[in-house]
Amino acid sequence: MKIVVKLFATLRQGRFKIQSGIYPEAAKVQDIVEGLAISPTDLGIIFVNGKSADLNRVLQEGDTLSIFPPVGGG
Amino acid sequence: MDKMDVLLRQKAPSGLIGWKEEEEMALALGLSLHEAEGRLLAQGVLPQRYQRNAKSITREEQCRLFQSRVAVIGCGGLGGYLLEELARLGIASISAWDYDSFAEHNLNRQLLSDMDTIGLSKVETAAKRVQAINPAVKFQAFNRPFAAGEGEDLLAGHQVVVDALDSIPVRKMLAAVCQRLSLPLVHGAIAGWCGQVCTQFPGEDSLETIYRNSNQEQGVESKQGVLAFAPAVVASLQVAEVVKILLGRGELLRKRILLFNLLDMEFEVLDL
Repeated sequence: MKIVVKLFATLRQGRFKIQSGIYPEAAKVQDIVEGLAISPTDLGIIFVNGKSADLNRVLQEGDTLSIFPPVGGG
Repeated sequence: MDKMDVLLRQKAPSGLIGWKEEEEMALALGLSLHEAEGRLLAQGVLPQRYQRNAKSITREEQCRLFQSRVAVIGCGGLGGYLLEELARLGIASISAWDYDSFAEHNLNRQLLSDMDTIGLSKVETAAKRVQAINPAVKFQAFNRPFAAGEGEDLLAGHQVVVDALDSIPVRKMLAAVCQRLSLPLVHGAIAGWCGQVCTQFPGEDSLETIYRNSNQEQGVESKQGVLAFAPAVVASLQVAEVVKILLGRGELLRKRILLFNLLDMEFEVLDL
């Protein structure tokens, strides 16, 4: 199935800004995060189709997955 | 006609009052500057310092801001700008927490740090700055870390809490405290070229959602640092949220988060 993956801020370094990819049916957010080698400490908020989602979310054909790094400074 | 009415006729015939007259009135009536300014606003007299607020907020709203109590947790990058703007707006009861002192590496972005304040307490420096901007503000300085038990007692009675912390676990704790006290929390955080803002009302779990994948102390700021403009932008957005909460108008970032990346000049508002 086709999924559009958008990466933000520092997650783009050495990766991409936006990429459309073909993934197996019932792929989870976690599968894509691992495939992109995003370490747990670099993983912030995740959105699917503009709505927050967790790592266990099962993706569907045509979904857009947006991944942000964690921001915690003050 | 009481003594205050007589003084107002002399000192504020146009409904506006200057600082010198305000001080003289406080002295004549035996009031603190905070009390005097509160009385003036309650009577519809506008101190000149708020004259440029008056076309965007009404006199009654200015009076409401004056009577509001806002807590700022952290006096570093975000806290410095937050306190500056809250004091200038005329929010006249502010409490602030910070246990730290200024160091040279704060100079790139922390408004309250300069060559004279290196080594000094952040919250005590904040107290001096607020006093220098607006002597009518009652400022409570807590020169210690924000802790759940004591902090919870001290936060009671405030209308809004503003997150200017630099620790993810402490933010989660603060969000839980605000839930227990039924207080709105205006969250802000920064890293490198990026920042985020979100307002959490009682019963909402926005902070939990934002940081559900983060079990560590810090975010990417531990690798990226923070640039000067990031705290200025985030703190200004936070203060706008505070004012809207206090005045009960406008659109808030509730159950939504604003995320920005100034390097690529991207702003996103997404649902939580």
